[in-house]
Amino acid sequence: MTLPVFLSFIVDTLGLGSQYALLALGLVVVYGIMGLVNFAYGEYIMVGCYVLYLIGLYANLPWPAAFALAIIAAALLGLLTEMIAFRPLRGRSLDALLVTSFAISVILQNVFLIGISPRYKSIPYPAFFDRRIDIFGVVTSLRSYIFIAVTLLLLIALTLLMKKTVLGMAMRAASENFVTARLMGVPANLVISSAFLISGLLAGVVAIFWTAKEGMVGPTSGVAPLLIAFIAVVIGGMHSLPGAVLGGYVYAFLTNALGLWLPPGLSPFREAFMFVLVILFLLLRPEGLIRGNYTEERVG
Amino acid sequence: MNTLAVKDWLFRNSTILMLCVILLLFGAFFWWLNNPALEHLFIVTCITLIFVMGFQLFMGNSGILAWSYIGFVGIGAFVSAICSMTPQLKQMSVPIMYPWLQNIHMPLPLALLVGALFSALIAAIVVWPIMRLTGAVGVITHFALLIVINVLLVQWAQVTNGPRNFTVGMRPLVGFWTVLISALVIMVFVYFFKQSSLGLRLRASRDDRFSASTSGVNVVAVRYFAFIISCAIGAYGGGLMAHFIMDFTGHTFYMAEFFVILSMIVIGGPMSVSGVFFGLILVAAGRYGLRQFEPFMTGYGFNMTGTTEIILSILMILFLIWKPYGISGGKEFGLETIQGWLKPLKKGA
Repeated sequence: MTLPVFLSFIVDTLGLGSQYALLALGLVVVYGIMGLVNFAYGEYIMVGCYVLYLIGLYANLPWPAAFALAIIAAALLGLLTEMIAFRPLRGRSLDALLVTSFAISVILQNVFLIGISPRYKSIPYPAFFDRRIDIFGVVTSLRSYIFIAVTLLLLIALTLLMKKTVLGMAMRAASENFVTARLMGVPANLVISSAFLISGLLAGVVAIFWTAKEGMVGPTSGVAPLLIAFIAVVIGGMHSLPGAVLGGYVYAFLTNALGLWLPPGLSPFREAFMFVLVILFLLLRPEGLIRGNYTEERVG
Repeated sequence: MNTLAVKDWLFRNSTILMLCVILLLFGAFFWWLNNPALEHLFIVTCITLIFVMGFQLFMGNSGILAWSYIGFVGIGAFVSAICSMTPQLKQMSVPIMYPWLQNIHMPLPLALLVGALFSALIAAIVVWPIMRLTGAVGVITHFALLIVINVLLVQWAQVTNGPRNFTVGMRPLVGFWTVLISALVIMVFVYFFKQSSLGLRLRASRDDRFSASTSGVNVVAVRYFAFIISCAIGAYGGGLMAHFIMDFTGHTFYMAEFFVILSMIVIGGPMSVSGVFFGLILVAAGRYGLRQFEPFMTGYGFNMTGTTEIILSILMILFLIWKPYGISGGKEFGLETIQGWLKPLKKGA
């Protein structure tokens, strides 16, 4: 492996890993607090993309405004799904919550199927996104670097929020032990709503970069990111925010490595390999790479 | 056996007798209608009944949402189709199929059985460790397993023709009565499974895992065996479906189909066989009605394809919020239920 190939592998992995890390983080923020595996999470991303598409179609806004609106839309959607569907179900079984999130995902997909089109639509992106730049012989598009930087900033901001603010401390307490946290005066609604808001916000940020490569969005755009978020979360650990970030990067490394070394005949099965890995991970180390608080994942 | 014992037995099992009578009446009615489109609807609904019953057997009694189930249904569909087709037919339908696979040929009933057993065998090999997991980790593992199966079914071109359609033949090979009787037998089986030793132990593990295991129930083992049985039933249904629709891909047995099964279970109430049965009737009828409505609206310039899914999803969420045990409330519907309805009337008189 030559140096430029190696370097481009690193840059690729970091760029991809940043997306996956944010994806996983958005899923874990909610899971940690209310134990919900949110199947509708992918649709937050899809809606973010559709907002970009609609803005490009009907309102000629400058790109910062368009991006901001997409992020806000995804965050609001997260909040809305919580208030309408998950709040009445709070405290119910895991399956009830899960089936609900699955139903929400089906609703959102079909709303856009009916409302816009079953076909994929193209999203306008600012030209500098695709500009290719050359650093030490590594030619990558500028957006990879932008995304790595954005992810770093977001991670720092989130860390500060979680460690330094009262809200962050309340959220961490709630994910440690929800009942005890409430007894200590942590308002449940506020904490859960903030978790969904953050989840949607992260989904919105990912949405902008997710479709930048193909520049297309369709009703099933949310499926692929959801699956990736699942894998990353499982690898990193379902109960830990740093674990989710780590899981995202590890997963990006594994997919890139498989893409390089898997014989071409087997490449259609790459996804199957990844999910076999997930299953093995869950069986051998159900708590993930980074262990969270006490959990019980095995029966016997 | 005296008449009293027979009477008692009939009273206790009035549920399943009633369900069988209802299903047979429906069958007779659709047979009498003699309308090809409605007959098609009835057969598909009966096969779906087999899917739902197989799923209820595991999910209803164990309380575990096993996504991978629909993947095993798909395995059954492909295996039975490959077994029943003649080598010449396979040559035409899937030219790149492995030669040794192409040469397999057996009569249809045997092929259906082989499909069910093969799927059960795969389940037996794979799922033991998964049955040890619980909570969200268990759910995601089942989900991951479903995706692995789906990728294999959709990409393994030498076996399943890959993402292209797998064509079994020109005309349906299973008929009205085959499907109806299969559905009846399986419904009776699932009903009595609930009362069997394995069923009781499984239900105990659902209601209180710790008490069950201290009472000597091997939680992992009962889940394991029940899941294998459930997969065999589903795979048999998958085989019937394959020989009825005649043209499918790995995606036929994926999220969309699972969503339909799930909606029937949620609306009917997962813990009760009769609840699931009535859930199926409601959802099947509702879906049929809405499917008629969609093109009607499209005729007026609104593209409404997808309305059915939206309405079903909303219904599911409403049920989960207000009636988490479905229309059945988790109980079986039988003579006792009817007596309960009649009681206040008698008092009034």
